[in-house]
Amino acid sequence: MRRLISNASLVLTAVAVLALGSLSWAQVTKAEEDQRLNMESHIGQLTGHAMAAKGSYRRYCLGCHGELGDGEGENAQWIDPKPRNFTLGIFKCRSTTTGTLPLDSDIYNTIGRGIDSSNMPSWNPLSAQQRADLVAYVKHFSARFVTEKPGTPIEIPKEPELTADRLKTGQEVFQRVECWKCHGPSGRGNGPSAATLTDDQNRPIVPYDFHDGTRFKCGTTDEDLYRIFMTGLDGTPMPSWSDNIKPDEAWDLVFYLRSLQPMKSKEKELARQIGLKPGAPSAAAAPAPQQ
Amino acid sequence: MKAYSRVAAMICALLAVGVGLLWSPGSANAAAEGKITGTVKLDGAAPHMKGIDMSKDPYCVKQHENSPAHLENVVVGPGGGLQNVVLYISEGLSAAEASSTPSQVPVFDQKNCMYTPHVLAMDVNQKFKVVTSDQTTHNIHPLPDPLAGNIPWNKSQPPGAPAIETSWKAEEVAIPVKCNIHPWMHGYFVVVKGPYAVTDEKGSYTIENVPPGNYTVTAWQEEYGKQTAKVTVAAGKPGSADFTFKAK
Repeated sequence: MRRLISNASLVLTAVAVLALGSLSWAQVTKAEEDQRLNMESHIGQLTGHAMAAKGSYRRYCLGCHGELGDGEGENAQWIDPKPRNFTLGIFKCRSTTTGTLPLDSDIYNTIGRGIDSSNMPSWNPLSAQQRADLVAYVKHFSARFVTEKPGTPIEIPKEPELTADRLKTGQEVFQRVECWKCHGPSGRGNGPSAATLTDDQNRPIVPYDFHDGTRFKCGTTDEDLYRIFMTGLDGTPMPSWSDNIKPDEAWDLVFYLRSLQPMKSKEKELARQIGLKPGAPSAAAAPAPQQ
Repeated sequence: MKAYSRVAAMICALLAVGVGLLWSPGSANAAAEGKITGTVKLDGAAPHMKGIDMSKDPYCVKQHENSPAHLENVVVGPGGGLQNVVLYISEGLSAAEASSTPSQVPVFDQKNCMYTPHVLAMDVNQKFKVVTSDQTTHNIHPLPDPLAGNIPWNKSQPPGAPAIETSWKAEEVAIPVKCNIHPWMHGYFVVVKGPYAVTDEKGSYTIENVPPGNYTVTAWQEEYGKQTAKVTVAAGKPGSADFTFKAK
Protein backbone atom coordinates (compact mmCIF):
# COMPACT_ATOMS: atom_id res chain seq x y z
CA MET A 1 0.00 0.00 0.00
CA ARG A 2 2.79 2.35 0.97
CA ARG A 3 4.54 1.44 -2.24
CA LEU A 4 1.45 2.31 -4.22
CA ILE A 5 1.28 5.73 -2.58
CA SER A 6 4.94 6.44 -3.21
CA ASN A 7 4.53 5.42 -6.86
CA ALA A 8 1.52 7.66 -7.19
CA SER A 9 3.35 10.59 -5.64
CA LEU A 10 6.26 10.02 -7.99
CA VAL A 11 3.95 10.17 -10.97
CA LEU A 12 2.23 13.27 -9.57
CA THR A 13 5.57 15.00 -9.06
CA ALA A 14 6.62 14.15 -12.58
CA VAL A 15 3.36 15.52 -13.95
CA ALA A 16 3.73 18.68 -11.88
CA VAL A 17 7.31 19.21 -13.04
CA LEU A 18 6.31 18.71 -16.65
CA ALA A 19 3.33 21.01 -16.34
CA LEU A 20 5.38 23.74 -14.64
CA GLY A 21 8.14 23.36 -17.20
CA SER A 22 5.86 23.80 -20.16
CA LEU A 23 4.03 26.63 -18.44
CA SER A 24 7.19 28.63 -17.81
CA TRP A 25 8.40 28.05 -21.38
CA ALA A 26 5.10 29.28 -22.76
CA GLN A 27 5.26 32.31 -20.48
CA VAL A 28 8.75 33.28 -21.57
CA THR A 29 7.76 33.04 -25.21
CA LYS A 30 4.56 34.97 -24.51
CA ALA A 31 6.48 37.67 -22.61
CA GLU A 32 8.93 38.24 -25.46
CA GLU A 33 6.07 38.32 -27.87
CA ASP A 34 4.02 40.73 -25.76
CA GLN A 35 6.88 43.22 -25.93
CA ARG A 36 6.40 43.24 -29.67
CA LEU A 37 2.69 44.01 -29.42
CA ASN A 38 3.46 47.66 -30.19
CA MET A 39 4.32 46.53 -33.75
CA GLU A 40 2.86 48.66 -36.53
CA SER A 41 2.25 48.15 -40.22
CA HIS A 42 2.14 50.81 -42.92
CA ILE A 43 0.23 50.20 -46.11
CA GLY A 44 -0.31 53.35 -48.15
CA GLN A 45 -2.32 55.70 -45.92
CA LEU A 46 -3.19 52.93 -43.48
CA THR A 47 -1.41 52.31 -40.20
CA GLY A 48 -2.09 48.96 -38.57
CA HIS A 49 -1.60 48.23 -34.87
CA ALA A 50 -0.87 44.71 -33.62
CA MET A 51 -2.67 45.37 -30.34
CA ALA A 52 -5.88 46.15 -32.22
CA ALA A 53 -5.80 42.79 -34.05
CA LYS A 54 -5.75 40.58 -30.93
CA GLY A 55 -9.44 39.84 -31.22
CA SER A 56 -9.61 39.27 -34.96
CA TYR A 57 -6.50 37.06 -34.91
CA ARG A 58 -8.09 34.95 -32.20
CA ARG A 59 -11.32 34.75 -34.13
CA TYR A 60 -10.11 34.22 -37.72
CA CYS A 61 -6.48 33.03 -37.72
CA LEU A 62 -5.64 31.19 -34.50
CA GLY A 63 -7.38 27.95 -35.46
CA CYS A 64 -4.74 27.24 -38.10
CA HIS A 65 -1.78 29.53 -37.36
CA GLY A 66 -1.88 28.89 -33.60
CA GLU A 67 -1.75 31.09 -30.53
CA LEU A 68 2.02 31.56 -30.86
CA GLY A 69 1.84 32.08 -34.63
CA ASP A 70 3.95 28.97 -35.17
CA GLY A 71 1.51 27.35 -37.59
CA GLU A 72 0.54 24.74 -34.99
CA GLY A 73 -3.13 25.64 -34.52
CA GLU A 74 -5.52 22.81 -33.76
CA ASN A 75 -6.59 22.53 -37.41
CA ALA A 76 -3.03 22.38 -38.72
CA GLN A 77 -2.80 18.61 -38.59
CA TRP A 78 -5.65 18.28 -41.11
CA ILE A 79 -4.30 20.83 -43.55
CA ASP A 80 -1.94 20.51 -46.50
CA PRO A 81 -0.17 22.81 -47.45
CA LYS A 82 0.53 23.54 -43.77
CA PRO A 83 -0.33 26.95 -42.26
CA ARG A 84 2.56 29.44 -42.28
CA ASN A 85 4.84 29.57 -39.22
CA PHE A 86 5.05 33.34 -38.66
CA THR A 87 7.87 33.13 -36.10
CA LEU A 88 10.45 32.44 -38.84
CA GLY A 89 9.60 35.54 -40.86
CA ILE A 90 9.81 33.54 -44.11
CA PHE A 91 7.10 34.26 -46.68
CA LYS A 92 6.34 32.84 -50.13
CA CYS A 93 4.70 35.93 -51.58
CA ARG A 94 7.13 38.84 -51.55
CA SER A 95 8.07 41.71 -53.81
CA THR A 96 11.52 41.67 -52.13
CA THR A 97 14.61 39.61 -52.96
CA THR A 98 15.09 36.06 -51.66
CA GLY A 99 16.26 35.82 -48.03
CA THR A 100 14.72 39.15 -47.01
CA LEU A 101 11.59 40.19 -45.14
CA PRO A 102 8.51 41.10 -47.20
CA LEU A 103 7.00 44.57 -47.34
CA ASP A 104 3.95 45.20 -45.17
CA SER A 105 1.96 45.51 -48.39
CA ASP A 106 3.07 41.99 -49.46
CA ILE A 107 1.54 40.48 -46.30
CA TYR A 108 -1.50 42.74 -46.67
CA ASN A 109 -2.05 41.54 -50.23
CA THR A 110 -1.73 37.88 -49.20
CA ILE A 111 -4.32 38.31 -46.43
CA GLY A 112 -6.72 39.99 -48.85
CA ARG A 113 -6.15 37.60 -51.74
CA GLY A 114 -5.90 34.35 -49.82
CA ILE A 115 -3.75 31.54 -51.16
CA ASP A 116 -5.24 29.51 -53.94
CA SER A 117 -5.09 25.70 -53.73
CA SER A 118 -4.66 25.93 -49.94
CA ASN A 119 -6.91 26.39 -46.92
CA MET A 120 -6.14 30.11 -46.70
CA PRO A 121 -9.24 31.98 -47.82
CA SER A 122 -9.48 35.59 -48.94
CA TRP A 123 -10.00 37.91 -45.96
CA ASN A 124 -11.31 40.79 -48.05
CA PRO A 125 -14.62 40.67 -46.12
CA LEU A 126 -12.69 42.23 -43.20
CA SER A 127 -12.20 45.99 -43.35
CA ALA A 128 -8.95 47.41 -44.73
CA GLN A 129 -8.10 48.65 -41.23
CA GLN A 130 -8.66 45.19 -39.73
CA ARG A 131 -6.39 43.64 -42.36
CA ALA A 132 -3.69 46.27 -41.74
CA ASP A 133 -3.92 45.53 -38.01
CA LEU A 134 -3.56 41.81 -38.77
CA VAL A 135 -0.40 42.52 -40.80
CA ALA A 136 1.12 44.12 -37.70
CA TYR A 137 -0.04 41.16 -35.60
CA VAL A 138 1.49 38.65 -38.02
CA LYS A 139 4.78 40.59 -37.87
CA HIS A 140 4.83 40.70 -34.06
CA PHE A 141 5.31 36.91 -33.93
CA SER A 142 8.83 37.17 -35.37
CA ALA A 143 11.70 38.98 -33.67
CA ARG A 144 13.12 39.45 -37.17
CA PHE A 145 10.68 42.30 -37.79
CA VAL A 146 12.32 44.15 -34.89
CA THR A 147 15.94 43.56 -35.88
CA GLU A 148 15.74 43.58 -39.69
CA LYS A 149 14.36 45.90 -42.33
CA PRO A 150 12.30 44.56 -45.22
CA GLY A 151 14.25 43.79 -48.42
CA THR A 152 14.36 45.99 -51.50
CA PRO A 153 11.48 45.30 -53.87
CA ILE A 154 12.58 44.14 -57.32
CA GLU A 155 11.93 46.57 -60.13
CA ILE A 156 9.34 45.57 -62.70
CA PRO A 157 9.56 47.48 -65.98
CA LYS A 158 6.35 48.29 -67.83
CA GLU A 159 4.85 45.33 -69.66
CA PRO A 160 5.97 45.45 -73.32
CA GLU A 161 3.79 44.76 -76.35
CA LEU A 162 3.26 41.07 -77.09
CA THR A 163 4.94 39.92 -80.30
CA ALA A 164 5.56 36.54 -81.90
CA ASP A 165 9.29 37.01 -81.34
CA ARG A 166 8.78 37.64 -77.66
CA LEU A 167 6.65 34.53 -77.33
CA LYS A 168 9.34 32.43 -79.02
CA THR A 169 12.09 33.97 -76.89
CA GLY A 170 9.99 33.17 -73.82
CA GLN A 171 10.01 29.52 -74.81
CA GLU A 172 13.78 29.65 -75.29
CA VAL A 173 14.23 31.11 -71.81
CA PHE A 174 11.98 28.36 -70.38
CA GLN A 175 14.26 25.77 -71.98
CA ARG A 176 17.58 27.53 -71.36
CA VAL A 177 17.19 28.07 -67.62
CA GLU A 178 15.45 24.69 -67.38
CA CYS A 179 12.12 25.58 -65.78
CA TRP A 180 11.08 22.17 -67.14
CA LYS A 181 13.28 20.32 -64.63
CA CYS A 182 10.40 20.74 -62.16
CA HIS A 183 7.49 22.25 -64.13
CA GLY A 184 7.76 19.73 -66.96
CA PRO A 185 8.62 20.12 -70.67
CA SER A 186 5.14 21.46 -71.43
CA GLY A 187 4.52 23.06 -68.03
CA ARG A 188 2.36 20.29 -66.58
CA GLY A 189 4.27 20.15 -63.30
CA ASN A 190 5.72 16.77 -64.21
CA GLY A 191 9.43 17.47 -64.76
CA PRO A 192 12.09 14.90 -63.84
CA SER A 193 12.70 16.55 -60.44
CA ALA A 194 9.01 17.09 -59.60
CA ALA A 195 8.47 13.90 -57.59
CA THR A 196 11.23 14.50 -55.02
CA LEU A 197 10.63 18.16 -54.20
CA THR A 198 10.33 19.10 -50.54
CA ASP A 199 9.82 22.41 -48.76
CA ASP A 200 12.16 23.84 -46.09
CA GLN A 201 10.52 21.61 -43.44
CA ASN A 202 11.16 18.58 -45.63
CA ARG A 203 7.49 18.09 -46.47
CA PRO A 204 6.60 17.00 -50.00
CA ILE A 205 5.53 19.83 -52.29
CA VAL A 206 4.44 19.89 -55.95
CA PRO A 207 5.48 22.32 -58.68
CA TYR A 208 2.78 24.45 -60.33
CA ASP A 209 0.93 22.87 -63.27
CA PHE A 210 0.28 25.62 -65.84
CA HIS A 211 -2.42 23.56 -67.54
CA ASP A 212 -4.77 23.00 -64.59
CA GLY A 213 -6.28 26.48 -64.65
CA THR A 214 -5.78 27.26 -60.95
CA ARG A 215 -4.67 30.71 -59.93
CA PHE A 216 -1.05 31.35 -58.93
CA LYS A 217 -0.55 31.41 -55.16
CA CYS A 218 0.91 34.92 -55.15
CA GLY A 219 -1.43 36.85 -57.42
CA THR A 220 -3.05 36.56 -60.84
CA THR A 221 -1.76 39.50 -62.90
CA ASP A 222 1.12 39.45 -65.40
CA GLU A 223 3.14 41.52 -62.94
CA ASP A 224 2.45 38.99 -60.20
CA LEU A 225 3.72 36.19 -62.46
CA TYR A 226 6.86 38.22 -63.26
CA ARG A 227 7.42 38.80 -59.54
CA ILE A 228 6.84 35.15 -58.58
CA PHE A 229 9.70 33.72 -60.60
CA MET A 230 12.07 36.67 -60.19
CA THR A 231 11.88 36.76 -56.34
CA GLY A 232 11.28 33.03 -55.87
CA LEU A 233 8.95 31.58 -53.25
CA ASP A 234 10.98 31.43 -50.02
CA GLY A 235 10.45 28.30 -47.96
CA THR A 236 9.81 26.26 -51.14
CA PRO A 237 12.08 24.75 -53.83
CA MET A 238 11.26 27.65 -56.21
CA PRO A 239 14.46 29.72 -56.40
CA SER A 240 14.91 33.37 -57.29
CA TRP A 241 15.76 33.99 -60.96
CA SER A 242 16.49 37.71 -60.82
CA ASP A 243 20.25 37.11 -61.13
CA ASN A 244 19.89 35.02 -64.27
CA ILE A 245 16.91 36.29 -66.25
CA LYS A 246 17.09 39.85 -67.61
CA PRO A 247 14.00 42.05 -67.16
CA ASP A 248 13.23 41.99 -70.89
CA GLU A 249 13.53 38.19 -71.08
CA ALA A 250 11.42 37.92 -67.95
CA TRP A 251 8.50 39.54 -69.78
CA ASP A 252 9.02 37.12 -72.69
CA LEU A 253 8.82 34.26 -70.21
CA VAL A 254 5.61 35.71 -68.74
CA PHE A 255 4.06 35.69 -72.23
CA TYR A 256 5.13 32.12 -72.87
CA LEU A 257 3.82 30.87 -69.49
CA ARG A 258 0.49 32.57 -70.20
CA SER A 259 0.25 30.65 -73.49
CA LEU A 260 0.45 27.37 -71.53
CA GLN A 261 -2.57 28.16 -69.36
CA PRO A 262 -5.99 26.88 -70.47
CA MET A 263 -7.71 30.27 -70.16
CA LYS A 264 -8.38 32.37 -73.27
CA SER A 265 -5.59 34.92 -73.61
CA LYS A 266 -3.88 36.98 -76.28
CA GLU A 267 -0.74 34.90 -75.69
CA LYS A 268 -2.58 31.60 -76.20
CA GLU A 269 -4.21 32.91 -79.38
CA LEU A 270 -0.88 34.12 -80.79
CA ALA A 271 0.85 30.82 -79.92
CA ARG A 272 -1.90 29.01 -81.86
CA GLN A 273 -1.49 31.34 -84.84
CA ILE A 274 2.28 30.89 -85.11
CA GLY A 275 2.09 27.17 -84.30
CA LEU A 276 4.22 27.41 -81.14
CA LYS A 277 3.93 24.12 -79.30
CA PRO A 278 5.23 23.40 -75.86
CA GLY A 279 7.49 20.41 -76.13
CA ALA A 280 10.34 18.44 -74.74
CA PRO A 281 13.60 20.35 -74.70
CA SER A 282 15.27 19.55 -78.00
CA ALA A 283 18.98 18.90 -78.40
CA ALA A 284 19.25 22.33 -80.01
CA ALA A 285 17.67 24.01 -77.01
CA ALA A 286 19.93 22.23 -74.54
CA PRO A 287 22.97 24.34 -73.66
CA ALA A 288 26.04 23.60 -75.74
CA PRO A 289 28.97 22.47 -73.63
CA GLN A 290 31.38 25.34 -73.04
CA GLN A 291 35.04 24.49 -73.13
CA MET B 1 45.92 50.15 7.45
CA LYS B 2 43.68 47.44 6.04
CA ALA B 3 41.95 49.96 3.81
CA TYR B 4 45.31 51.23 2.58
CA SER B 5 46.48 47.78 1.49
CA ARG B 6 43.17 47.18 -0.25
CA VAL B 7 43.59 50.37 -2.26
CA ALA B 8 47.16 49.39 -3.11
CA ALA B 9 45.99 45.97 -4.28
CA MET B 10 43.37 47.62 -6.45
CA ILE B 11 45.91 49.95 -8.03
CA CYS B 12 48.17 46.98 -8.70
CA ALA B 13 45.31 45.10 -10.34
CA LEU B 14 44.41 48.11 -12.50
CA LEU B 15 48.04 48.48 -13.54
CA ALA B 16 48.20 44.82 -14.46
CA VAL B 17 45.10 45.17 -16.62
CA GLY B 18 46.52 48.31 -18.23
CA VAL B 19 49.84 46.61 -19.04
CA GLY B 20 47.90 43.64 -20.40
CA LEU B 21 45.93 45.90 -22.71
CA LEU B 22 49.11 47.60 -23.94
CA TRP B 23 50.65 44.24 -24.69
CA SER B 24 47.76 42.76 -26.58
CA PRO B 25 48.79 44.16 -30.02
CA GLY B 26 52.05 42.28 -29.53
CA SER B 27 50.25 38.98 -29.15
CA ALA B 28 48.37 39.64 -32.40
CA ASN B 29 51.72 39.87 -34.20
CA ALA B 30 52.80 36.56 -32.75
CA ALA B 31 49.55 35.06 -34.09
CA ALA B 32 51.06 34.31 -37.47
CA GLU B 33 53.48 31.86 -35.91
CA GLY B 34 51.17 29.80 -33.74
CA LYS B 35 49.13 26.89 -35.05
CA ILE B 36 47.25 23.79 -33.99
CA THR B 37 47.71 20.56 -35.89
CA GLY B 38 46.40 17.03 -35.61
CA THR B 39 44.56 14.17 -37.19
CA VAL B 40 40.94 13.04 -37.05
CA LYS B 41 40.29 9.31 -37.38
CA LEU B 42 37.36 6.98 -37.49
CA ASP B 43 37.43 4.06 -35.07
CA GLY B 44 35.71 1.06 -36.63
CA ALA B 45 34.55 0.05 -40.08
CA ALA B 46 33.68 2.91 -42.41
CA PRO B 47 29.92 2.89 -43.02
CA HIS B 48 28.77 1.99 -46.51
CA MET B 49 28.16 5.10 -48.58
CA LYS B 50 25.29 4.46 -50.96
CA GLY B 51 25.76 5.02 -54.65
CA ILE B 52 23.74 7.91 -56.12
CA ASP B 53 21.13 7.37 -58.81
CA MET B 54 21.38 10.45 -61.01
CA SER B 55 19.04 9.18 -63.73
CA LYS B 56 16.79 12.24 -63.27
CA ASP B 57 19.40 14.22 -65.15
CA PRO B 58 21.26 12.61 -68.08
CA TYR B 59 23.93 15.33 -67.88
CA CYS B 60 24.81 14.26 -64.33
CA VAL B 61 24.85 10.57 -65.30
CA LYS B 62 27.28 11.35 -68.10
CA GLN B 63 29.72 13.10 -65.77
CA HIS B 64 29.98 9.94 -63.67
CA GLU B 65 30.24 7.36 -66.45
CA ASN B 66 33.70 6.30 -65.29
CA SER B 67 33.54 7.27 -61.62
CA PRO B 68 30.30 6.28 -59.90
CA ALA B 69 29.12 8.89 -57.39
CA HIS B 70 28.58 8.04 -53.73
CA LEU B 71 27.13 9.90 -50.78
CA GLU B 72 29.79 11.82 -48.83
CA ASN B 73 28.40 11.87 -45.29
CA VAL B 74 31.42 9.91 -44.00
CA VAL B 75 34.57 9.97 -46.15
CA VAL B 76 37.34 7.76 -44.76
CA GLY B 77 40.83 7.84 -46.25
CA PRO B 78 43.89 5.61 -45.86
CA GLY B 79 44.60 4.67 -42.24
CA GLY B 80 41.12 5.64 -41.08
CA GLY B 81 41.60 9.39 -41.63
CA LEU B 82 38.27 11.18 -41.61
CA GLN B 83 37.83 13.85 -44.29
CA ASN B 84 35.61 16.96 -44.17
CA VAL B 85 35.79 17.40 -40.39
CA VAL B 86 35.75 21.06 -39.37
CA LEU B 87 38.11 22.12 -36.56
CA TYR B 88 37.67 25.44 -34.85
CA ILE B 89 38.46 27.19 -31.59
CA SER B 90 35.37 27.23 -29.43
CA GLU B 91 36.94 28.76 -26.30
CA GLY B 92 39.97 30.85 -25.45
CA LEU B 93 40.11 33.41 -28.27
CA SER B 94 40.09 37.09 -27.32
CA ALA B 95 37.17 39.12 -28.62
CA ALA B 96 39.43 40.81 -31.18
CA GLU B 97 40.80 37.49 -32.44
CA ALA B 98 37.34 35.97 -32.67
CA SER B 99 35.90 38.90 -34.60
CA SER B 100 38.69 39.43 -37.14
CA THR B 101 37.67 38.26 -40.63
CA PRO B 102 40.06 36.63 -43.13
CA SER B 103 40.27 38.18 -46.59
CA GLN B 104 40.47 34.90 -48.55
CA VAL B 105 37.25 34.01 -50.38
CA PRO B 106 36.46 30.27 -50.11
CA VAL B 107 34.67 28.78 -53.11
CA PHE B 108 31.79 26.29 -53.13
CA ASP B 109 31.52 24.71 -56.55
CA GLN B 110 28.69 22.73 -58.12
CA LYS B 111 30.68 20.26 -60.17
CA ASN B 112 29.49 17.03 -61.79
CA CYS B 113 26.24 17.46 -59.85
CA MET B 114 28.05 17.26 -56.52
CA TYR B 115 29.24 19.93 -54.08
CA THR B 116 32.99 20.57 -54.08
CA PRO B 117 33.95 20.73 -51.30
CA HIS B 118 31.20 18.81 -49.56
CA VAL B 119 31.77 20.93 -46.42
CA LEU B 120 32.84 24.57 -46.68
CA ALA B 121 34.05 26.26 -43.50
CA MET B 122 34.23 30.02 -43.12
CA ASP B 123 34.42 32.81 -40.60
CA VAL B 124 31.47 34.98 -39.58
CA ASN B 125 31.17 37.79 -42.17
CA GLN B 126 33.86 36.20 -44.37
CA LYS B 127 32.96 36.54 -48.06
CA PHE B 128 32.52 33.25 -49.92
CA LYS B 129 31.51 32.35 -53.45
CA VAL B 130 29.07 29.85 -54.88
CA VAL B 131 29.95 28.94 -58.47
CA THR B 132 28.80 26.34 -60.97
CA SER B 133 31.00 24.32 -63.33
CA ASP B 134 28.04 22.32 -64.62
CA GLN B 135 26.09 22.53 -67.87
CA THR B 136 22.83 21.86 -66.06
CA THR B 137 20.70 24.16 -63.92
CA HIS B 138 21.11 24.03 -60.14
CA ASN B 139 19.36 25.86 -57.38
CA ILE B 140 21.40 26.60 -54.31
CA HIS B 141 19.33 26.57 -51.17
CA PRO B 142 21.05 27.01 -47.78
CA LEU B 143 18.80 26.31 -44.79
CA PRO B 144 20.12 28.07 -41.67
CA ASP B 145 17.95 28.66 -38.61
CA PRO B 146 16.42 32.10 -39.29
CA LEU B 147 15.95 32.72 -35.55
CA ALA B 148 19.67 32.22 -34.88
CA GLY B 149 20.68 35.12 -37.12
CA ASN B 150 21.30 33.65 -40.59
CA ILE B 151 18.45 33.82 -43.09
CA PRO B 152 17.71 31.05 -45.63
CA TRP B 153 17.71 31.97 -49.33
CA ASN B 154 17.22 30.12 -52.60
CA LYS B 155 18.86 31.14 -55.88
CA SER B 156 19.10 29.56 -59.29
CA GLN B 157 22.35 28.95 -61.17
CA PRO B 158 21.80 27.87 -64.78
CA PRO B 159 24.89 27.00 -66.89
CA GLY B 160 27.29 29.93 -67.12
CA ALA B 161 25.56 31.84 -64.30
CA PRO B 162 27.69 34.41 -62.48
CA ALA B 163 29.09 33.54 -59.05
CA ILE B 164 27.01 34.34 -56.00
CA GLU B 165 29.17 36.21 -53.50
CA THR B 166 27.81 36.54 -50.00
CA SER B 167 28.54 35.88 -46.31
CA TRP B 168 26.84 34.72 -43.10
CA LYS B 169 26.43 37.11 -40.22
CA ALA B 170 26.18 34.66 -37.29
CA GLU B 171 28.08 31.64 -36.03
CA GLU B 172 26.27 28.42 -37.03
CA VAL B 173 27.55 24.82 -36.98
CA ALA B 174 26.27 23.80 -39.46
CA ILE B 175 24.04 25.16 -42.24
CA PRO B 176 22.69 22.42 -44.55
CA VAL B 177 22.77 23.30 -48.25
CA LYS B 178 20.71 21.55 -50.88
CA CYS B 179 19.73 21.59 -54.52
CA ASN B 180 16.01 20.87 -54.92
CA ILE B 181 16.45 19.97 -58.58
CA HIS B 182 19.05 17.29 -57.75
CA PRO B 183 17.89 15.96 -54.39
CA TRP B 184 21.07 13.97 -53.75
CA MET B 185 23.11 17.19 -53.67
CA HIS B 186 23.62 17.93 -50.02
CA GLY B 187 26.45 19.74 -48.27
CA TYR B 188 27.20 22.11 -45.39
CA PHE B 189 28.39 25.62 -44.70
CA VAL B 190 30.10 25.75 -41.30
CA VAL B 191 30.28 29.29 -39.93
CA VAL B 192 32.64 29.80 -36.98
CA LYS B 193 34.35 32.64 -35.16
CA GLY B 194 38.13 32.85 -35.56
CA PRO B 195 40.65 30.51 -37.21
CA TYR B 196 39.44 27.15 -38.54
CA ALA B 197 40.55 24.18 -40.64
CA VAL B 198 38.96 21.26 -42.49
CA THR B 199 40.57 17.81 -42.58
CA ASP B 200 42.04 16.52 -45.85
CA GLU B 201 41.73 12.98 -47.26
CA LYS B 202 44.23 11.70 -44.65
CA GLY B 203 42.24 13.28 -41.83
CA SER B 204 44.97 15.82 -41.03
CA TYR B 205 44.45 19.48 -40.37
CA THR B 206 46.32 22.64 -39.42
CA ILE B 207 44.63 25.67 -37.89
CA GLU B 208 46.90 28.60 -38.76
CA ASN B 209 47.25 32.00 -37.11
CA VAL B 210 46.62 30.94 -33.53
CA PRO B 211 48.29 33.20 -30.95
CA PRO B 212 49.89 31.50 -27.91
CA GLY B 213 47.32 30.59 -25.29
CA ASN B 214 45.06 27.89 -23.90
CA TYR B 215 42.16 26.83 -26.08
CA THR B 216 39.30 24.43 -26.51
CA VAL B 217 39.27 23.02 -30.02
CA THR B 218 36.02 21.55 -31.36
CA ALA B 219 35.87 18.97 -34.14
CA TRP B 220 32.56 18.73 -36.01
CA GLN B 221 31.53 15.90 -38.32
CA GLU B 222 28.10 15.86 -39.94
CA GLU B 223 27.16 12.31 -38.87
CA TYR B 224 29.05 11.99 -35.59
CA GLY B 225 28.60 15.46 -34.14
CA LYS B 226 31.10 17.34 -31.98
CA GLN B 227 34.14 16.51 -29.85
CA THR B 228 36.34 18.90 -27.94
CA ALA B 229 39.96 18.89 -26.71
CA LYS B 230 42.07 21.28 -24.61
CA VAL B 231 45.11 22.58 -26.46
CA THR B 232 47.99 24.84 -25.44
CA VAL B 233 49.84 26.87 -28.03
CA ALA B 234 53.17 28.33 -26.90
CA ALA B 235 55.43 30.77 -28.77
CA GLY B 236 57.26 28.77 -31.43
CA LYS B 237 55.58 25.54 -30.35
CA PRO B 238 52.41 24.50 -32.19
CA GLY B 239 49.58 22.94 -30.24
CA SER B 240 48.34 19.50 -31.15
CA ALA B 241 45.04 17.66 -30.83
CA ASP B 242 43.99 14.34 -32.34
CA PHE B 243 40.36 13.21 -32.42
CA THR B 244 38.75 9.81 -32.89
CA PHE B 245 35.10 9.40 -33.78
CA LYS B 246 33.52 6.00 -33.16
CA ALA B 247 31.78 4.43 -36.14
CA LYS B 248 28.08 3.95 -35.42
